[in-house]
Amino acid sequence: MAMHPQRKQRLLIILFILVVSGLAAGLLGYALKENINLFYPPADIAAGKAPTGKAIRAGGMVQEGSVQRASDSLVTRFVVTDFSATVTVEYEGILPDLFAEGEGVVASGKLGEDGVFYATEVLAKHDETYMPPEVSDALEKSAASRAAQQEKGSL
Amino acid sequence: MLGIGSKFLKENSALSISSTFHKWGSPRWFYQFSARLMPWLAGLSLLLLVGGAVWGLAFVPPDYKQGNSFRIIYIHVPASAVAMGAYMTMAIAGAIHLIWRMKLAAMVMKAIAPIGASLTFLALLTGAVWGKPTWGTWWVWDARITSVLILFFLYLGIIALHQAFENRDAAAKACAVLAIVGAVNIPIIYWSVEWWYSLHQPASISFTGQSTIHPTMLRPLMATLSGMYLFFGWLLLLFVRVEILDRERNTRWVQDLICGESR
Repeated sequence: MAMHPQRKQRLLIILFILVVSGLAAGLLGYALKENINLFYPPADIAAGKAPTGKAIRAGGMVQEGSVQRASDSLVTRFVVTDFSATVTVEYEGILPDLFAEGEGVVASGKLGEDGVFYATEVLAKHDETYMPPEVSDALEKSAASRAAQQEKGSL
Repeated sequence: MLGIGSKFLKENSALSISSTFHKWGSPRWFYQFSARLMPWLAGLSLLLLVGGAVWGLAFVPPDYKQGNSFRIIYIHVPASAVAMGAYMTMAIAGAIHLIWRMKLAAMVMKAIAPIGASLTFLALLTGAVWGKPTWGTWWVWDARITSVLILFFLYLGIIALHQAFENRDAAAKACAVLAIVGAVNIPIIYWSVEWWYSLHQPASISFTGQSTIHPTMLRPLMATLSGMYLFFGWLLLLFVRVEILDRERNTRWVQDLICGESR
């Protein structure tokens, strides 16, 4: 169907607006990439990309078995990992309910000269998995039995 | 022979496309056509929204980590998804209005802005209420939440821009351009959780792979999600119909309609 030339021109103008605003948004996003990222993963911190002594955020997964709580205060130390590097976080205060080993976490605070991240706030990062408790129990059981079977097989 | 036949077909289909287009451009035809749709949309959306909410709130097991607080998903996800879908509808209506000067498209655009703003506000509010017990904070300036806040401001901007013009056509033109420019924000919202490190989790519903939400929890979500789309459709038709009556109040058919009803 032939389009009326005037309408065709208006369509082209609209496409032009879309391309230009898309390009502008793309360039803006690219230029501000570091600022739009909410946190630094441990790999970036280990590589020296994160500034020390400045308010930043660090995020990743709390390493299994790394949480140490002081007996006489609310000070907690734990290791955050992205499975390529780790950073130790120290925090004094109440942790969110969903904070646990093996779970995601975003801490805001300052990176010390000693490489320890001194957090003033710790947030739990929830992942996209949703399931009923029975399903999670069943999954854990089947994973455990599979692991046991593998152990048997290797013996 | 074949050449003549295909030429005839082509002209015929072009004629039917343009006549459909003219029909859709006629506010009077749209008013009468939408009257038949309204009760279906209202009934179905009510059934799906109320049914899905009761199902999700009372009959679905709690989440293994979040407990009962996950149930806000049955409002949060539909509100967010429809807020984005509504924006795309508004931008497309704006483009149609700019290209073909179709008055109905301008009315659709004007009707969507307050609905979209309300849905975006609902998405931000339910997100904050869920964020406090889950993350430990009401608000964080991550890419997802900030881009949805921008969506909210875009809707408010379009409402304000519309009010700023005395002339209806000038208002529609300006709003259409703003709506089209702002459409860039929609893919940014959608992929923000993939492109940048954010606190908000990625999508649980996948169209191409396995969804990471268990089917027992997903089914009521699908009910409230489709219910929200239908509710949006119903509200949109309602607002457009009111706008049609307002704009055509001096025409014969509207006067006949109103007087016929009051007599």
